[in-house]
This record gives sequence, structure tokens and C-alpha cells, in this order.
Amino acid sequence: MSSHAKRLPSRPVILLLQVVVLIAFFGLWHVLTVTTNLLSPFFFGTPGAVLMRTFNDFASGAIWYHLGITLLETALAFAIGTVAGIAFGFWFARAPLVSVVFDPYIKAANALPRVVLAPIFALWLGLGIWSKVALGVTLVFFIVFFNVYQGVKEVSPVVLANARMLGANSRDLFRHVYLPSALSWVFSSLHTAVGFAMVGAVVGEYLGSAAGLGYRIHQAEGVFDTVGVFSGMLVLTIFVVAIDSAVTVIEKRLLHWRPQEAQTH
Amino acid sequence: MAEVAATAPALSLEGVTCTFPSPDGRSSGYTAVQDASFRVADGEFVSIVGPTGSGKSTLLNVAAGLLRPSAGRALSFGTPVSGINPKAGYMFQAEALMPWKSALENVAAGLEFRGVAKREALDQARPWLARVGLDGFGDRHPHQLSGGMRKRVALAQTLIVDPKIVLMDEPFSALDIQTRQMMENELLDLWASDRKSVVFITHDLEEAIALSDRVLVLSAGPGSRLIGEYKIDLDRPRDVAEIRMTPRFLTLHKEIWDQLRDEVLKGYAQTKLR
Repeated sequence: MSSHAKRLPSRPVILLLQVVVLIAFFGLWHVLTVTTNLLSPFFFGTPGAVLMRTFNDFASGAIWYHLGITLLETALAFAIGTVAGIAFGFWFARAPLVSVVFDPYIKAANALPRVVLAPIFALWLGLGIWSKVALGVTLVFFIVFFNVYQGVKEVSPVVLANARMLGANSRDLFRHVYLPSALSWVFSSLHTAVGFAMVGAVVGEYLGSAAGLGYRIHQAEGVFDTVGVFSGMLVLTIFVVAIDSAVTVIEKRLLHWRPQEAQTH
Repeated sequence: MAEVAATAPALSLEGVTCTFPSPDGRSSGYTAVQDASFRVADGEFVSIVGPTGSGKSTLLNVAAGLLRPSAGRALSFGTPVSGINPKAGYMFQAEALMPWKSALENVAAGLEFRGVAKREALDQARPWLARVGLDGFGDRHPHQLSGGMRKRVALAQTLIVDPKIVLMDEPFSALDIQTRQMMENELLDLWASDRKSVVFITHDLEEAIALSDRVLVLSAGPGSRLIGEYKIDLDRPRDVAEIRMTPRFLTLHKEIWDQLRDEVLKGYAQTKLR
């Protein structure tokens, strides 16, 4: 591998190049909309206006409330989906009959595009946060469920036999072998799970709510406020990147016992 | 019966036969071991050698209680083995450490399973790590240790719970020859200090002779039987590297190898057929 890979420049250089790409993107946008007017600012907004709007929203504090709502929905969807996924994953992995009988239904439920459930949840749970949480849960649950199932199934039989020889009873096996193994799979899917929790929240808000980032974007679209839409997308992106970095930090702490990619390849 | 208990061997296999069902469930299945009987006295170091596929690990799993024999039975200190043998420690051939636990936590695990509080278990595990030469490596996780270090951790992990009989399944086969001889000497030192019974599985005849009081030879599979038993009357303490040069060692080696060679050739022919 290494003999074929070209040497990459150092980290600061890469960072600099990344910033250049960002500036180039906004520069091109500015040139196309403001300087040359090739694209209409009405349809495409202008980077200046979008940044200004975003800054004002943060400065005035108007956005914080909506951010908080979306964050709350994301966190709840993630927590409930994860706990349910772990519980069911364990149950299915340890009860082969259950897993065989339910297998086609689990697959069918997972194949269903979850967006179509959003109106149903709104009907059942109202337009508050819980219909969004429910949508997020249906997304998070399956990711965690499949990972826990896999994690429990793929515990090394030798590690298991060793623990039993050392005197572990079934409770010890759960705590010291099955759970850590399953959790390592859950943590390695953390990025996806958190991402999906947020997709559930934002899509839910977008389809019907009175607060949240999805709601803001939907409102702006309703009045052809393209600057507002882009500003909403920008805030959403910053939010996603922030959460994703936080997940990376948590992941590093929890999975420090795992070999790093570089060491295994 | 009291007389029997007093002289009960650490391990006694009586007519053990192990037949595994064939994958398709139609044919009669695969018999790994056929009618194996042997005894291991308290404090004795016994090696079992045999060609690949001769069911060596199968015998050990029966002794450990991980596998129920199709016929025959295993007794440990006079008690029939049913379920996990609580008097046995098992050192596996494959990686058996819990990768999510540090070296120290791995060593302490057996004590924790026995109800010792975590802090105290860790305190007791520290001197054990030192005994296997890993002082200061307690915080490392298995993937951060070399193969030899992992085997040391596994050795400490097995011995800390003070098993009366230690079952070892080719524990050093994955190590390079220098590390291996070092580990063998360390094993002999640890063994000499409290004379547990040891059943040591290996395909390496030299290793078997260098370590053991007695060497048992298994025939090639399927349906392996015990076909030879040799007393190793070499002086102790031994150095595994040096003892290989002594005339007595070479005589014993030749004697056992003459019998083992035919089985190895048979075993080799078997693997080629498969």
C-alpha cells in the first residue's frame, strides 16, 4: 500500500488548501451573483447576505431557540433509538427462534422509507417535538439494532470460552464480554446513528412543526426567501460538523482499546 | 471411596470418544478421538503430541468441560467433569484475551468473576503481571502488546485463579523460536514454584520432551487413539534450550519420533486427501 501511495503534504498545508476551497466557493458564488449577475440573487441569494443573515440570527439570539429544539429532538431520538436497539439486538442475538421468525419483518420495516411515516407520527403525536423524535427513533433503532446483533453474534468463541474457564457466570459474560463487544459495534456506528437522529429531527420539522431548524428553512422557502433558506442550511451544516466532531472525540475515548487503522494495515 | 479420593489423579479420562455430527447431517459424522484413556497425577507435567488433526484439542476441551464426550467420561480429582471444570485453568492456542480490557484488567478478570471486588482484584493482579515480566505494561491493551507479551498476560490470567490443573493448548505455537524458549523456561519456573498438574498439547516433540514428566502420543485422525506413553527421566530444573543437546534427550527424542513419524505421515496423507 504505502509504496504506491503518494506522499501527502503536511497538515497545515492541507488545512490551508481546504480554506482556499471554501473561499473559492464563496468567491465564485459572489462573482456569479453580485459581480456579473449571471445568476439572479433572487434565486441564488448572495454569500454576503447569507453570512450577514446568519450572523444576525446568532447575534439577535433568534436562532438559538430553534437550534435548541433540533438538538433536543436529535438527542432524544438518539438516546431512545440506541437503548431500544441495544435491548432488541441482544434479545434477537440470544434467542435464535425470535430472530429467525422476525427476520423478514425486520428487513421489511428497515426497507421502508421512513419519511412516509412522518405524517403518521404528526397525526399520532402532534406537531410538537415527539413526532420528530419518533421519526428519528425509527431511523436510529435499525442501525443500532443490526450492529448490536452483529456484535453479540461475532464475539470470538475463544474469548467466550476463556471467560467461562475463568469462572464467568452468564451475568459476568454479559457485562464483561457481550456488552463491550456489542458496544464497540454501536460506537463504530455512532456517526451514522447521530446523523440519522438529526435527519429524523430536521425532516420531521420540515414536514410540520412550529420550531426547529427544519421549520426555519421551510418558513423561508414558503416566502421565497432564498437567503433565509441558505442561511438555514449554513447553520444546519455548522451544527452537523460540530456534533460530528464531538462524536469523534467521544469515539476516540471509548474505543481506545481498538487497534488504529494504521497499525492493522 | 475415601481411599480413592486420597489418591485421585488430577485428571483421568476413561474411554473418551468424541464424534462430531457431519455438516450435512446424513453420514455418520466425524470421530475425532476414539476410546482415549489416560491419567495425570497431581503435580505432574504431561504433554500430548500428535500430528495435525489428531484431536489433541478435543481431549483438552473434554478435560476442561467445554465439550461433552460422546462416550466415556472425564474425572478431575475424583469428581466427574460436567459443565466447566472448576479446578482447571485453560490457556488457549488462539487469542483469548478480552481486547477491550487492559492487560491488568485481563489478569484480574478471573478474580472478579469469583466475586473479588474490582480494586482488590487489580491489586492482586499487579504482582502477577510482574511475575510474567510485564511490570509497567498493565495499562496497555492487547493490541498494543506483542504476541509474546499477550501470551504472558494469558499465562498470568490463567494462573492467578490458582487452578489445580492447567490445560495448555499449543500456547506458544504462534511465537518465534527465541520468545518461545524464553516462555517455556518461564513456564517451568512458575510450575516448579507450586507444582500444579499440567496437560500440555503440542505438535512439537522437542517442546514436549523438554517440558514434561511424561509424553503421550496420539495417532493420526480420524478416530485418534493414544498409542504411546514415554516417561521423561531428565533432571530438573531444566533449561529448555540446553537440555536439547544432552544425549538422554536425543535418545528419548529418537525413540518417540520413530513412533510419531509414521503417524505424522499418515496425518499428512489425510490432509492431502481432504
